[in-house]
Amino acid sequence: MTTLLEVKNLEVRFGLRSGEVKALRNINFTLERGERLGLVGESGAGKSVLGFSILNLISKPGYIADGEVLFEGRNLADLSAEELRNIRGNRISMIFQDPMMTLNPVLTIGEQMIECLMTHRKISKQDARTIALQKLQQVYIPSPEARLDQYPHELSGGMRQRVVIAIGLLMDPDIIIADEPTTALDVTIQAEIMELMLELCERNNVALILITHDLGVVSQVTQKTIVMYAGRIIEQGPTKEIINDAQHPYTQGLMNALPQMAVPGQRLNQIPGSMPPLQRIPTGCAFNPRCGYVLEVCKHNMPEFTQSGGCQVACHMVAEMKREEQAARMQEV
Amino acid sequence: MTNLKQQAAVAQQQTADNQAPQETLVRVENLYKKFSISGDFLDQLKFKNGKFVREQEYVHAINGVNLEVKRGEALCVVGESGCGKSTVARTVMGLLSPTAGSIHYQGQRIDNLSDRQLMPYRRKMQMIFQNPYASLNPRMTIAETLMEPVALHNPQWSAAELRDKVHEVMFSVGIDPSWGERYPHEFSGGQRQRISIARALAVDPEFIVADEPISALDVSIQAQVLNLMMDAQESRNLTYLFITHDLSVVEHFGTRVAVMYLGTLCELAPTKALFATPRHPYTKALLSAIPRLEDDRPQHIKLKGEVPTPVNLPSGCVFHGRCPHADERCKRDIPQLIATSDGGQVACHAVEEGRI
Amino acid sequence: MNDQSQILEAAPAAPSAWERMKDSNLWHSFSRDRVAQLSFAIFVAYAVLALFAPLLAPFDPYDVASIDIMDSEIAPSWAEEGDERFWLGTDAQGRDLWSTILYGTRVSLTIGLCAVALQAVLGICIGLCAGYFGGRIDSLLMRVADVQLSFSTMMVAIVVLAVFQAAFGTELYQQLAMFMLILVIGIAEWPQYARTIRASVLAEKKKEYVDAARVIGLRSPRIMFRHILPNTLSPILVISTVQVANAIISEASLSFLGLGMPVSEPSLGSLISSGFEYIFSGSWWITVIPGVILVGLVLVMNLLGDWLRDVLNPKLYKG
Repeated sequence: MTTLLEVKNLEVRFGLRSGEVKALRNINFTLERGERLGLVGESGAGKSVLGFSILNLISKPGYIADGEVLFEGRNLADLSAEELRNIRGNRISMIFQDPMMTLNPVLTIGEQMIECLMTHRKISKQDARTIALQKLQQVYIPSPEARLDQYPHELSGGMRQRVVIAIGLLMDPDIIIADEPTTALDVTIQAEIMELMLELCERNNVALILITHDLGVVSQVTQKTIVMYAGRIIEQGPTKEIINDAQHPYTQGLMNALPQMAVPGQRLNQIPGSMPPLQRIPTGCAFNPRCGYVLEVCKHNMPEFTQSGGCQVACHMVAEMKREEQAARMQEV
Repeated sequence: MTNLKQQAAVAQQQTADNQAPQETLVRVENLYKKFSISGDFLDQLKFKNGKFVREQEYVHAINGVNLEVKRGEALCVVGESGCGKSTVARTVMGLLSPTAGSIHYQGQRIDNLSDRQLMPYRRKMQMIFQNPYASLNPRMTIAETLMEPVALHNPQWSAAELRDKVHEVMFSVGIDPSWGERYPHEFSGGQRQRISIARALAVDPEFIVADEPISALDVSIQAQVLNLMMDAQESRNLTYLFITHDLSVVEHFGTRVAVMYLGTLCELAPTKALFATPRHPYTKALLSAIPRLEDDRPQHIKLKGEVPTPVNLPSGCVFHGRCPHADERCKRDIPQLIATSDGGQVACHAVEEGRI
Repeated sequence: MNDQSQILEAAPAAPSAWERMKDSNLWHSFSRDRVAQLSFAIFVAYAVLALFAPLLAPFDPYDVASIDIMDSEIAPSWAEEGDERFWLGTDAQGRDLWSTILYGTRVSLTIGLCAVALQAVLGICIGLCAGYFGGRIDSLLMRVADVQLSFSTMMVAIVVLAVFQAAFGTELYQQLAMFMLILVIGIAEWPQYARTIRASVLAEKKKEYVDAARVIGLRSPRIMFRHILPNTLSPILVISTVQVANAIISEASLSFLGLGMPVSEPSLGSLISSGFEYIFSGSWWITVIPGVILVGLVLVMNLLGDWLRDVLNPKLYKG
């Protein structure tokens, strides 16, 4: 696999009335070709901001203060508006929670798809229509011919999201960034859509960045997971490892808080408190006021990443444990 | 028909053994609710075949639902959007009046009472809402919001007594009583939902309708709020009618589960039985769609097509168009609820005939 | 229980009303918007001048005894043929223009504010009822509003005032002029309020806090006035500023047409009107100076209204 996207040291700030806040700090990750990556976190963790800043789409008062986003080795921040637009449409596409953010209510599905194709490629209208039809078939929309001439409001929520996915696939992108694509949908439809995305990504070797709060969805779809908290990555690694053996107390807490992890009728394992707003992120580890394993050092120093198995964890306690393990091993030797 | 009902009664008696003694607190009988979508009189006039006719179209939100909520239980109503579960909740609370059918509280019919006659029931029945950002009046402080129901239902109380009650109820949901002078926008979503729960608890109700109380919250906050609701249930001996689309919450929280589809009840069963052996094909599909941790490749039961519009209901079983087991009878006859061996009820011809 | 740790997360004590105001969007925007500040300052100046007119005015224009017809049409004091006693000159009847303008502003503002208060009371009650109860009541009230709107304010006012004048005589009319103007302008323009309020009530009614209030068992009037009304204050505030400006203009127009305040108790409008016939004989100041004052007043009201709308309309400010 080759590295398709690399995010280095990304920092995004928002200039608010009360002062500047850092919405993202110290974000580092890579995405291989065809890899499926899950971005998990609660609301306010910065996962959507990250999704937007990959495409340099954050709007005022937010801006990228530091770091770079390398797409095939080229820094997106250095590209001209023209080149950037080309990448946005052609190589990286985005799917939003609300399909109506992508769909124009006054144009038919067909018009939108054909227009999109014709602006990016030099093809005839007839060819564009054929491709559009083909993409609609790929997302299993019944009677795709008829759908091309329908308006978005004539479709159900699930169908609209399928159309949006079809539009996302239109230019055969390398990466799809999906921001909570199924949150507004019912469970049965969510399951279908997720399955569809999984299948499409695998078949076309498209990389996927799935932004969601639902650990269940992530565990089913992605290979790699990034857990975010208060604008930082706190844990990243292979999804399986994170789901089965989360290291960071927050990830553990998040998973233990799921109703399916508790005995029915018993209390759930809740994490006390709530995520701090960006203006009031505590010093040290941002999670320290809610953490059950908090050490003195957590309150003062931001934790660095520790390698633990296949995962990187930003936690003093995990680092401590690793050091002890190593010391014990040294003694044995 | 009577035979079926007897069967159901017997089946319920059997399950009653391993549960608390059961008195029916709330009974929903043969409830129908339709909403007109044709606008006002002028919009309804249509010109057809050379003459004017008045045409009205309705959304059939609830179509003959029977439910009984037993004292002390948490009856969960699940279903997908548009299945009428919220309409059931709002009709039970008297926010909507039923088109047909009735609501009974401890044997007393309440859906036809006047506002004044309803007052004693308002005190016993309260509601928790979905959206913590809309369910608190932004122009009232928390203390004012909580004071209002207490003062209304206890007009003889002194100011000090009222204040004590508000403090007590704030403390019981984990909100510092000294925050009473603040406005809702100064609180996070989870805290607002606690306040919303506090408002419901402030009049010491015995029955609470919770309409998707946690679906707008983050996972870690969901757990806090669910725990709070379970604590309240235990300490105050509450009965819940819990409306949700999230089956994993139901599995954890519910005593019994009612599954709704297009305004009708498909299946009603004790939680354990429902999750162990779902009977109705729709319930099976719903259960298979829960995104669970740990399984890499989900095995969903795929349903054909989409939920039909509730404007023109399908004939027979409302689920027949998407059901893998549907036959001619399903298209024709509306299935009735029949009792199952594990204490539940299911409305499905295929189950009745032993085809599945 | 973990709940207690939730409490510990407490922030500093609840902010006072003053701190809340300082933190609000309104204040923030005001502190940056020069136009709004200037408009507000001018408006306050108008209000002060009007309020303290009896103290600030060198003459009492209502006191017939102090008026000398020989002083009529004296130019402002800075002009060649001006008189030092009369800073802005005098009108055709020999009244000091500055004093008359002060009193006139007072009259105009009083009529504007009272008429709008009347509009607001009518419009808010009707709009609340229409929006809250919906159905037939809504249809009925809104059709009434449509009918009312299809007559222009001026037309209604002219008809009513002219009929009144003809029926009861000019004498009685002049005594009741201010009251009549308030009544007519107030009644003619309530649909503006009613429509705005109804629209916001419809939006607010969908929110769950209204359901919560109903579930508690509150009666409709309390829900309407205690819960819904405070949440529709923003549009009320915006529309009020614009309506005050409109009412002042309506009053001025009616006065100009001779249907407003009598010349003995002039508003800005009747002052402009009374000077109009002398404008070609060179006494421009009797018309122009009150005219400028009037335009200034209406302009700052409208600027304030625009600014308020920008700040309070969440769609615009989030955009």
